[in-house]
Amino acid sequence: MILLLLISLLFVGGLLAWLAEMFDKNLPRVVAISSLIIALLVMLTLLGNDANSDGWIATLDWQWIPQFGIGFYLAADGLSVLLLILTAFLGVIAVAAAWDEIHDRPGFFYFNLLWTLAGVIGVFTALDLFLFFFFWEVMLIPMYFIIAIWGHENKNYAAMKFFIFTQVSGLLMLAAILMMAFLHSVQYGTPSFRYEDLLSVSTSGMLGTLTMLGFFIAFTTKLPSVPFHSWLPDAHSQAPTAGSVILAGILLKTGAYGLIRFAVPLFPEASLAFAPVAMALAAISIVYCAKVAFAQEDIKRLIAYTSVSHMGFVTLGVYAWNEQALQGAVMTMLAHGLSAAALFMLAGGLQHRIHTRHMPDMGGFWGQVPRMSVVALFFSVAALGMPGLGNFIGEFLALLGAFQANILFTAIAALGLILASVYSLWVIQKVFHGDFAKEKYDNGQLSDLNQREMTFFILMMLGLIWMGLYPQSFLNLSEPVLNGLLSMTAELTQTGGGL
Amino acid sequence: MQGIPYEHGLILASILFAIGLVGVLTRRNIVFLLMSLEIMLNACGLAFIVASARWEQADGQVMFLMILTLAAAEVAVGLGLIIQLYRRYHTVDIDRLSEMKG
Amino acid sequence: MLTQIWLMPTLPLLGFLSLVLTAGTLPKRAVAVIGAGSIGLAFLVALSVAIQFLASGEEAVTQSLWVWMSVGGFNPGFSFYIDGLTVVMMLVITGVGFLIHLYSTGFMIDDPSYSRFFSYMNLFVAAMLTLVLADNLVLLYLGWEGVGLCSYLLIGFWYTNPENGYAARKAFVVTRVGDTSMALGLFLLFAQLGTLNIQDMLHAAEAEWQVGSGMAIAAALLLLGGAVGKSAQLPLQTWLPDAMAGPTPISALIHAATMVTAGVYLIARTHVVFELAPSVQELVAWIGLITLLMSGFTAMAQHDIKRILAYSTISQIGYMFLGLGVGAWSAAIFHLMTHAFFKALLFLGAGTVILSLHHEHDIFKMGGKRKQLPVAFLSFLIGGLALTAFPFTSGFFSKDEILLAALALEGPGTILWLGGVIGAFFTGIYTFRLIFVVFFGESKGHDQEKEVAGWNMAGPLFVLMLLSLVGGFISIPVDAVFAHGEEHAEHHVSTLIHGIMIVVPLIGIAISYLFYCSGQLSIDKLMASKLAQSLHRFWFSGWGMDKLYDGLFVRPFVALARLNSKDFIDWLYGLLVSLTRWGNALVVKSQTGYLRWYALSIALGLAVLLTLGVTL
Repeated sequence: MILLLLISLLFVGGLLAWLAEMFDKNLPRVVAISSLIIALLVMLTLLGNDANSDGWIATLDWQWIPQFGIGFYLAADGLSVLLLILTAFLGVIAVAAAWDEIHDRPGFFYFNLLWTLAGVIGVFTALDLFLFFFFWEVMLIPMYFIIAIWGHENKNYAAMKFFIFTQVSGLLMLAAILMMAFLHSVQYGTPSFRYEDLLSVSTSGMLGTLTMLGFFIAFTTKLPSVPFHSWLPDAHSQAPTAGSVILAGILLKTGAYGLIRFAVPLFPEASLAFAPVAMALAAISIVYCAKVAFAQEDIKRLIAYTSVSHMGFVTLGVYAWNEQALQGAVMTMLAHGLSAAALFMLAGGLQHRIHTRHMPDMGGFWGQVPRMSVVALFFSVAALGMPGLGNFIGEFLALLGAFQANILFTAIAALGLILASVYSLWVIQKVFHGDFAKEKYDNGQLSDLNQREMTFFILMMLGLIWMGLYPQSFLNLSEPVLNGLLSMTAELTQTGGGL
Repeated sequence: MQGIPYEHGLILASILFAIGLVGVLTRRNIVFLLMSLEIMLNACGLAFIVASARWEQADGQVMFLMILTLAAAEVAVGLGLIIQLYRRYHTVDIDRLSEMKG
Repeated sequence: MLTQIWLMPTLPLLGFLSLVLTAGTLPKRAVAVIGAGSIGLAFLVALSVAIQFLASGEEAVTQSLWVWMSVGGFNPGFSFYIDGLTVVMMLVITGVGFLIHLYSTGFMIDDPSYSRFFSYMNLFVAAMLTLVLADNLVLLYLGWEGVGLCSYLLIGFWYTNPENGYAARKAFVVTRVGDTSMALGLFLLFAQLGTLNIQDMLHAAEAEWQVGSGMAIAAALLLLGGAVGKSAQLPLQTWLPDAMAGPTPISALIHAATMVTAGVYLIARTHVVFELAPSVQELVAWIGLITLLMSGFTAMAQHDIKRILAYSTISQIGYMFLGLGVGAWSAAIFHLMTHAFFKALLFLGAGTVILSLHHEHDIFKMGGKRKQLPVAFLSFLIGGLALTAFPFTSGFFSKDEILLAALALEGPGTILWLGGVIGAFFTGIYTFRLIFVVFFGESKGHDQEKEVAGWNMAGPLFVLMLLSLVGGFISIPVDAVFAHGEEHAEHHVSTLIHGIMIVVPLIGIAISYLFYCSGQLSIDKLMASKLAQSLHRFWFSGWGMDKLYDGLFVRPFVALARLNSKDFIDWLYGLLVSLTRWGNALVVKSQTGYLRWYALSIALGLAVLLTLGVTL
């Protein structure tokens, strides 16, 4: 019940925000932030619940279209709860980022924002694949509007690209889902979209591999991974700050979640055979996108490419499929959610102040905006994997686990650590160090972070430090889930010697 | 019963159909176009009648009745459209009405 | 017992936090008190811990704070481990660190970013202490990266000059190459031995690996990669000379006394792995030897007072590597300690010179400064003597031990020894070249300036002078750490050998005197030939290594990145789009708007279908 409450809270909150615009232009953001905070508090109560015998902390199982085996089946375990909390937290941050930025049709903006988040929550909790697909689509369309209406100079192109990439990959996933239901009806007599039912479907052979690829492509497009990543730099650089925060912080994680929850457990044999390819793609993603990031002049594009690079560690971790690697993937998802969101907020803040994202026009800001510089330094250093901060835990564990599965690709992926330092420090150098070109900016333009911005940045910094120094609070939540998934495939991996 | 060989009937229908088709393809006046269409429809009708006579089945005649009503409806709608077109564009030249190209 | 261990890194960390959170609003005096005071307190804690530890007679003590992460058998903790080696390191770090902090309170007094400077310095000390106190390699890695970050921040401290930024990034990225190798080493060790707790890992390695087994060699090589990066040894030494762009106390603390010796510490800490891979251990010795000779040559060709000292640091760490390579673990650590004393002294002396002469770095623009800068002169004299291993100074004892251990080694021992002695000869030349050129002879400018040396700057110099002189008599309590590995046979060597080792550096000093002080030999004559000039240029550029790496890695990478800045994969999708557009244009052509065209196509289509239907 609590899960339905969460989703409907955001759906209703979105509608209310839209209506609120009629009364006051500033009311929608209040409605939005309060419904997100309530959602966050509700999620935190989930932490107090104990898991039932199957490991679910909260479930909701209603019939929907029983003839086709479709149910309204939601459930959350530790992994889902972690991601739900991240979603609501970054949702609050995104509203804060949009606070002063969105003046045009704010009601519709917050409506879209909340509906996207509602879709994300649905994705993280749906255990019926039909329902999962429904939420998958729900989260995309409002996002399309956010980019297409409130985006920057090239917004239509970016929004369309985003939409086409996700729709095409979504179509592949729909086909794969239908194929699974069909296989269930062939093997057990009735079609079913239930997760547990589908786990027992035998998916060996060519057909299984093709179906698995449907899921894999859908999820790695979302993640994204080379070669399906090219929508992301455009979408990120054109989206408004709040949109980038949601995209980088949360939407990408739905892809990673899908890989962990569906792509591998549903197709253990096919995934086992496919793992070297996936790990190779991950290693290429990490190195290639780090290299491309270095050459960008648009600061948001640069951060976007670094996102792709970091997500490579997630793919690497998932397909290494052992406990360290999976925990590493989960930690990377959480930590990158915070660090990338913060970096996009900084870039957005800069653009809001000096109306450009073009890095060669910047430089020497340290003396002018010391608080912003320190914050930027912190998050850049977090992104390059400094121990003591969350990203390090994720990437270190992912590599540690991956090393046991495939030494070559791990070694290539580790090069990403070097390249990460190259581009991170390059940004700091270009934007904050060097000489300040006074003539370009009048004094009022380049103002330091205000109280509201500082509050949210400090919250995110504390989050990363917590993850970095005591990741156990997060690891404990996801541990039983990941162990459950691992034990499901244990027979295979024992004979196969690791995915 | 020894009537006209059905081949003759079919050949006549084909010739009529071809005349109609050529008319549709070559005429520019939209009224002639409509008439050519009528000819083609009737050629089909003839073919049905001939076939129905050959196999002594009533279905062909039913189809012809069907075509008859269809043609009537078509002429009614077609003429209406032509009048509308003429009112709007002051022409009955079909080639002048080529706005729906890609 | 020993419950205060955690205080050691915590105190500097608190100093860092309080300086960061007050964000430069504190008065300079308060900043100085917090900045230097926190390190001073840490030193006192270190002292008390050391005394308690040595009095207890235990071999090692562990203090666990909390489990960092626990993931399927991988459970490193925030745990500190104290043994003799740690005691030496932590005393050097907090002790020398405190002196340098104290010195900095005077040196940096006119800098507007006073608070930022001390916050970075405190963070550095916290990270460095974590590095040496860590009981597992992951925590060590935390400190390892932490000191790298602080090094980056402090080299680029004066950020408005892009060159400093470049030097800082170079330092970070080059060491990161080594760090990544070390990280891979960690993964390998965990995959093979199932733990990263240092002591457990060493025991497991001894139990599971044969001497010379492939895994041991691979692990040792990967760890060595990390060590050469941090300690600026061949082939990753290029960052250190550029790192001199930072304020001089930084060079003393980070790039002479502590951080750059972290590689030596790492190898000593994991010496069991290196003993299991004798070929890698020998490689360590060779790396040390080649590095010390190459940087000795380079130091002789430099003009910048700090770059000379930087190359000398590389060279001295080369000696430590040589010691590690020949299995003289404790001698290497001993040299690490004495080097921290005299090199910190030299750098701080150089700082005084630089500050007094308004940021003049070129030694050939000084000259005759011994009266004008007496404290600096004394520092250089004593530091220089210790550096050249003048008998009974601290450097003499430690270098002696290393060279004797090298000589005692069978096989390549004699060559290693000979190389080390030649290196000592160069050390004599370049050290006293520096001293003679700066403090003797004719003055070449900067006559009006007075020496800047308040009590807070002179005091640390005097303490370091004392340590450089008598540091050789300190006995370090590391025997238990290396007990099973080290040969304790007394080196019985002839007095001839001893004589050679004492006399050779003195010859170096004498040659330097003839060239640069008395003028009996002329450097200009030597430089007259083309060959000498090109050699000089070659050495001046550090054997062209910068150019080599620039051409080999940096330029290709940048060129490739620029070439592909538009991301060719995106271009592929663009191709798909143009293909669709093109197809669309093609099909659109058929849509003429002429009714007869459509009718014809319908008719033709029908005809084709009919023909197909009839024939098939």
